[in-house]
Amino acid sequence: MAEVKNISEEEVWSALENVKDPEIPVISIVEMGMITGVELTSTSKCVVTMTPTFVGCPAIGMMKKDIAEQMTKLGFEEVEVRVDLATSWTSDRMQPEAKRKLEKFGLAPPPSLLADEELSEEVLNRVRCPHCGSTDTTLRSSFGSTLCRAIRFCFHCKQGFEQFKPVQ
Amino acid sequence: MNNNAVKELLYKMADDALIIGHRNSEWTGIGPMLEEDLAFSSIAQDKIGHALALYTILHDVLGEPHPDQLGFMRKEKDFHCCQYVEQPIGEYDFSLMRQFLFDNAELLRYEALTRSSFEPLAQLARKAKGEIKYHVMHGDTFMKQLGNGSEESQARLQSALNNSWHLALGIFENSEFEKELIQEGIFTGEEELKRKWLEKITPTLEAANLKLPATEENKIVYGGRKGSHSEFLTPLLNEMTEVVRTDIDAEW
Repeated sequence: MAEVKNISEEEVWSALENVKDPEIPVISIVEMGMITGVELTSTSKCVVTMTPTFVGCPAIGMMKKDIAEQMTKLGFEEVEVRVDLATSWTSDRMQPEAKRKLEKFGLAPPPSLLADEELSEEVLNRVRCPHCGSTDTTLRSSFGSTLCRAIRFCFHCKQGFEQFKPVQ
Repeated sequence: MNNNAVKELLYKMADDALIIGHRNSEWTGIGPMLEEDLAFSSIAQDKIGHALALYTILHDVLGEPHPDQLGFMRKEKDFHCCQYVEQPIGEYDFSLMRQFLFDNAELLRYEALTRSSFEPLAQLARKAKGEIKYHVMHGDTFMKQLGNGSEESQARLQSALNNSWHLALGIFENSEFEKELIQEGIFTGEEELKRKWLEKITPTLEAANLKLPATEENKIVYGGRKGSHSEFLTPLLNEMTEVVRTDIDAEW
């Protein structure tokens, strides 16, 4: 029998900070707002629930594996990682700190959508260039190198950059 | 809840998404410009993600076979996709028109389904509609730009619209469960969806300097929902399942 130790929920959240979205390696899945539930069902079992940023995101499998690894490392004998859509991920679930990190990483953070606002190019245009800070930019393509990114161009520093798309 | 009615709805949505996803992915590497290559590839990835999510509901909640089995191991006649999505990509104008017409219908379908009494589908719809909005924004933008572009771009779009019209109307082929779906609050039904779709696309097409073709009821291409397909589906399925048929345990 393995020695059973009490692991707190706080320790679980803190271990989850080590899991990153492989496509955005600078922020954790907790800061992204992807973890929707942590449940310690017994001293040896933990259930982590996550919601995907995009349904077809190919990184989900990898993140599930990383979460399970972190939980095993903490000492859980049994780990269940559930992916469900009961809570829908929106870009407003991203913590403010995460948005700052994104910008520093060179990826313009998603603009917030007002309560009844429909997605449009104007919404996407509420952005500043992560390289020089200029707001004189234009949308080149609402699709980019990953499902969550759009491509823009900055007229001020004459560089292309990527924008994390707002999702409602 | 009428399980057969829900299954029929999920199968046709999933099969539409899988097949249009495959078709859109055929533009990967050969798009007319880099941005369009990315757009069609990204849209394809979203669609295939939605197909997987729908097959997963069929499997987890309704006891149907495993998603891999559903996606890769069924015969042509078991697919419920409309014939429109099976059509080859053709020239870029045809694919772009299909992306515009199909995705506008799909967005309205998912918007209606956010209020579905079948909660697993309502949850997926709340998520997927946010993604499909980007697809619609893409289609709408290109209609307006190319429709008001050169004489050639306008003429190509108009001809693509004329050639697509009766295929696109086949999206709304009624199922034998329309009454049950509406009564049980699962879905608002194909007729209502078609009405909303026409309302939505008409002003965009007008702004794009395009004329809505006249509808001839007897020319609408039905049959896909009941397993009757064009000659294009089997070659697509053969290509899509080539790896799994060669080595069923292949992983990558």
